[in-house]
Order: sequence, then C-alpha cells, then structure tokens
Amino acid sequence: MNAVLEIQGLRKTYRSRKGVRRALDGFDMVVEAGQVHGFLGPNGSGKTTTLRTLLGLIRPNGGRMALLGREVPQALPEVAGLVGAIVESPQFFGNFSARDTLSLLADAGGVERARVHEVLELVGLRDRAGDRVKTYSLGMKQRLAVASALLKNPQLLILDEPANGLDPGGIREMRTLMRNLAESGMTVVLSSHILGEIQLICDSVTIISAGRRVAAGSVADVLAQHAASAVRVRVESVADLTGSAGALREIGAQVVVEPDHLMVSGLAHPSAITRTLAARGIYVSELAPVAVDLESVFLELTGTAPVEGEHRQVDESAAAPAPTVNGGWGQ
Amino acid sequence: MSLYTAETRRLTKRRFTRFFVLGTLLVLAAIVAGMFFTNHKASPERLAAAQAEADSQYQFAVQQASKETADCQAAQGTPAAQNYPPCDQIYQPAREDFRAEWYMDPMFDFREQFGFLVTALAALLAVMAFVIGATYVGAEWSSGGMMNLLLWRPRRLQVLGTKLAALLVSLGVFTVVVSAAWTGLFVLTAQLRGTLAGMTSGAWQSILLMELRGMVLVLAAGAVGFGLASLGRHTAMALGAAIGAIIVFQFGLGTVLSLAKVPFAEAYLVPVWALAWMDKSAVATDWNSCDYSSTSGCEPATITITWPMAGGVLAAVVLLIVGAAMWTMRSRDVT
Ligand SMILES: Nc1ncnc2c1ncn2[C@@H]1O[C@H](COP(=O)(O)OP(=O)(O)O)[C@@H](O)[C@H]1O
Ligand SMILES: [Mg+2]
Repeated sequence: MNAVLEIQGLRKTYRSRKGVRRALDGFDMVVEAGQVHGFLGPNGSGKTTTLRTLLGLIRPNGGRMALLGREVPQALPEVAGLVGAIVESPQFFGNFSARDTLSLLADAGGVERARVHEVLELVGLRDRAGDRVKTYSLGMKQRLAVASALLKNPQLLILDEPANGLDPGGIREMRTLMRNLAESGMTVVLSSHILGEIQLICDSVTIISAGRRVAAGSVADVLAQHAASAVRVRVESVADLTGSAGALREIGAQVVVEPDHLMVSGLAHPSAITRTLAARGIYVSELAPVAVDLESVFLELTGTAPVEGEHRQVDESAAAPAPTVNGGWGQ
Repeated sequence: MSLYTAETRRLTKRRFTRFFVLGTLLVLAAIVAGMFFTNHKASPERLAAAQAEADSQYQFAVQQASKETADCQAAQGTPAAQNYPPCDQIYQPAREDFRAEWYMDPMFDFREQFGFLVTALAALLAVMAFVIGATYVGAEWSSGGMMNLLLWRPRRLQVLGTKLAALLVSLGVFTVVVSAAWTGLFVLTAQLRGTLAGMTSGAWQSILLMELRGMVLVLAAGAVGFGLASLGRHTAMALGAAIGAIIVFQFGLGTVLSLAKVPFAEAYLVPVWALAWMDKSAVATDWNSCDYSSTSGCEPATITITWPMAGGVLAAVVLLIVGAAMWTMRSRDVT
C-alpha cells in the first residue's frame, strides 16, 4: 500500500512574548491510501499544529512531511489541488452567503461552478445557501467548511474536528458521508477528541499526546496492543467487596472497587479469581470480561483519565517515551 | 487569472466597498451641485441688477460719510470732539470702491478653478482608496478567509500580489471613470454657469497630466492601506496607523517643529508634499528667517518642493510598506 500522508520527526516550537511552547516534539504519522484515518489526541496535544504545518500554513522547526508522495511544503503548490482541508473550524467572511463563499473559492482554485451546488447539496446546506454566513449556527458553519474542503473533489480530505458543533443527526450524516467518500476512493483524515466517533468509522488511528505519537495502526491492533484485559466481578454480598479486593491484590491483580462490583485486571487467567475468592468462602455471581474500547486506551495512553478529586489541566498529559528512530517514514 | 477574477469579484461584492464608493460618489455629486448652483453666467440683466446694487451701496456709504462729517463738525469745541479724527480725514467713499462685478454672483471660470477641483477629487478618492484597500485585505485576514484561500493557493506572494493587483486595477478603472465624469460635469457647469475661456490645448494637457498624477495618488493610497492592513492582519491596524500618522506627524510634529523653530516646518508635513505632487510645486517658508534686501526689506526664505521630489517620496513610502507586507507574508505563521 502506498502512503498518501507521511510525517517524520516533525517539530514545531511556538515563540511568543509569553515564552516558548513546544507543540510538536518529533511527531510521526502515516496514512495509507483509501483509509479513514483517525487522528486522536487530547486538547492542546498538537493535532491542529500538525495539520497546519502539513498544509503549509506554519513553518516547522524540523522534520519531513509528504503528501500524495510529494515532499511538502516544497511541492505544496502542485498537490494543493488534490488535498481538501479544514483546519480548526474555519471562519468565513460573514457578509457573504455560503454560495458566494464557495463560488469565490471555486474561481480561485479553477473548479467549475457546478460543483458548488453539488457540495452544498452533499452537506445539507442547499436551502440555506443564499443566507449570509453570519446568520449560520456553528454546525451550519462546520457543514460549510466541509463543503469547502470537498469542493476540489480531493484525493485526500483532511478534517480538523469536523464533528464540532454538529447535532447528533449531523454527526451521523457526517459519518455516512465520510464512509461513502472513502468507498469512492478518497482518503480521509479526521482529527478528533471524540473517541466513539472515530472507533465507528476509522480503519486506522494515530494517537498523539504532548506533541508525540503514542500509538498508531489499525483500530483492532491498537486495541489489542493496549487492552488491559479487565474483568468485571460481582459477588453475592456487596459487603464482601472490600475483602475480595484485598484477596485479589494479594495474588497480584489490579483491582478497582466500584459501588457494586470490582474491576480486576492484570491476571492471566480469570479462573484465578473464582479460585481465590471461593477459597475465602466468597462466591462470584458475575464474571464478565470487559471489552476495551478506544476511549479507555486513549485515556490510558495519553494519561488523561479523570482522577477523582483532581482537576486535570490541559497540558497535563502523558508524553511518549523517546521517539522511536525511523518511526513511520515509508513503512 | 482565475484568482484575479475571483479577487476582483470579492472586492466588488463586498458591501463595505459598495457603501463607501456610494458615499464618495454622493459627496462628489454634492460638490458638483454646489458649484453648479452657486455660479451664474454674466448676462445684461444680472449686470444691471449688480450695477443697481453697487449704486445703492455707494449712495448709502456717501450718506453715512456726510452724516459722520456733519457730526464731527458739530462736535468741535465740545468734549465729544475727542471721539473724532480731524474732520477732513473722515473717509469719503469713491465710486470705484463699489464696482458692479463685486455684487454679481460668482461665475465659474474653468481655467482658474478646475485645478483645485482636480486636487479635491484626488484627495477624496485617495481617502476612499486607503480605507477600501485596508478593509478589503484586513477583513480577509481577520475573518480567516485568507487562511482558507492559502489552502487552495499555497503560493503566498502570488495570492497577496494578485489581491493587490485586483485592488489597484479596480481603483484605477474607477478613478478614470470618475475623473472623466468630473471633468465632463464641470465643463458643462462652465458652459452653463461660467466660462471655458482660455482653455487652450496646452491648458487641457496640463489638466490631463494633473488628473494622471491624481490617479497615481489614489493608487498609492490604496496600496498603502492594503499594505498596512496586511502587515497588521487587521483593518484596524491600517486605520490606526493612518490616524496615528495624522496625529503624530501633522499635529504633534507640526507643533513641536514650530516650537523648536525648525526652519521650513511645513516641509515635514504631508499636505505640502501632496500639493507639490498635484500642483507640480509647493513652497515652504521659513518665517523666522530674513533675507534682507534694500528694496523689499525682510523677505522670509522659502524652499520649493517640486513634483519629482514629491513623487520620489511617494514611491519610497509605497515600496517600503508594500515590500514589508510582502516580506512578512512570505514566512509568517498563518494561524
Ligand atoms: N499560535 C500559537 N501560539 C502559541 N502557542 C500555540 C499556538 N497555536 C497552538 N499553540 C499551542 O500549541 C499546543 C498545541 O495546540 P494545537 O495544535 O492547537 O492542539 P490541538 O489541536 O491538538 O487541540 C497547545 O499547547 C497550544 O497552546
Ligand atoms: Mg485543534
């Protein structure tokens, strides 16, 4: 398979009067053709920065990038017509209508005007296309943004948080749209912090935390690699929960005590649980393996799981160990 | 080319552009109407009426003078006499002090007056060009439209250059059309309410050249507004810079320079240079100096600013600002 998007060792440091902020710190990413790829990370982890750099809006401090097999930013003028993108809920000039906005972009990019109506229809703005953008809701602006990215009929579609502001129906429509586009051969990269979304539609994911890649691969692989196979344990009497937890910890399990059950992980065989508890005269009423989802993997990898009684601040997330050499380029 | 047409369309579609152009046209129309209605052609009836007015004013003045003289003579020998000068020195009006032409409505003399009107047109259009140039690119930056466009056309200098070209060509076309209408309307005014006397082909040529210089001024103002707003990525930056420049350079600097008795203080201020550009030369005077000559006593020294000097300064300012805008555009982070 050939990669349509490759990033290796990307570094970006923002300098401002307030000081220096390392937004990207040796970030790697690969997206194969024809996939829907999820780009995940907590707020402030560097997703938007990555996409901006890739699209030539900001200059990296180091690293290599390629789009559709061409090194960017050098080859950007040639590939720009094939890459449709929205970066961080784009704003539009408020006094123009959606139709004017898109037809101006179409003119500037040499796309025929008929395409404007197609994309407006596609994102569900047909009937409001003559209204001024100023009067749109957040979700409608987001739809317009997606329409502007689709206008070129791109080979690679890059959407930064496209679900922002959409209603549940809109999110589901967007999902269907992405799938259909991917089936028609378009490669779609979606950045998001909404995990359920990504798990439903993505073939592969890259997870970023504090400017570094912490996991990448197909959704199934990422889940398998990081599944801390947990088991939900209920016992006959809730009063025994604490005692059970102590007993299981003695045999090396990690136990989380919930109001009416235990979450047990770190044991190779669940049978150890029943044996241990039965030996203490505690009888198990339910023993259920818990399917890990992307969300828990994400929380674990990025270190952003909520901790009771603490208010996590945006920059408090786990960084990856040192970036692996050679990671991601042309694999 | 497609980008160029799109940018021209964007510029002319903007409501601000349309309102501002409309407002400028209304001001210009008001000036034309004002000039038309306050001027009148000389006709025998008007001349007779003016003569009658002059005569009656003369008679009134004569009466006043003789009454004054009589009062003066009556007051001789009383304390009130000190209120009067010697009685034979009281002013006696003369006929030629009350000429009929001074009591006539003014007549529009094209050759005399149109030059000033060309300058006025250039000044108004230059202000308009500055504001439109600044808002056009400023709104693009602040609304995020520029970022969107760069996703389509990553060659940044080409994008900014094309926008500037679209602005300047549109302004140029507009200025040509408005100048033609301006000239035509005042020719008409002169025909109906004044005179075209003395408009030789040389005089027409000089009007045409003046209008050309006016257009250059308009385009320069547009480019400077565009450059400042692009540098600051906001319309307000350009307008702020303009207002700041006016306050600092015109009022502040003017006051400081004259307090410091710097010679030729006016030469540091913009209007003299703009006038020099339009009128081919302008004179700055050093009021504190004295070139003594036996015939005319103390004459203050003057320097003459010629239009090539003014043009050079204008070109330097435009190049500096537009160049800086292009330079920062090349490498800045667009976020
Ligand atoms: N223009 C900027 N100037 C300074 N710091 C910035 C700028 N843009 C983003 N950052 C910082 O870079 C980090 C990554 O931001 P971003 O890429 O927007 O995160 P994400 O899109 O993943 O939420 C954040 O800490 C953010 O504060
Ligand atoms: Mg973001």
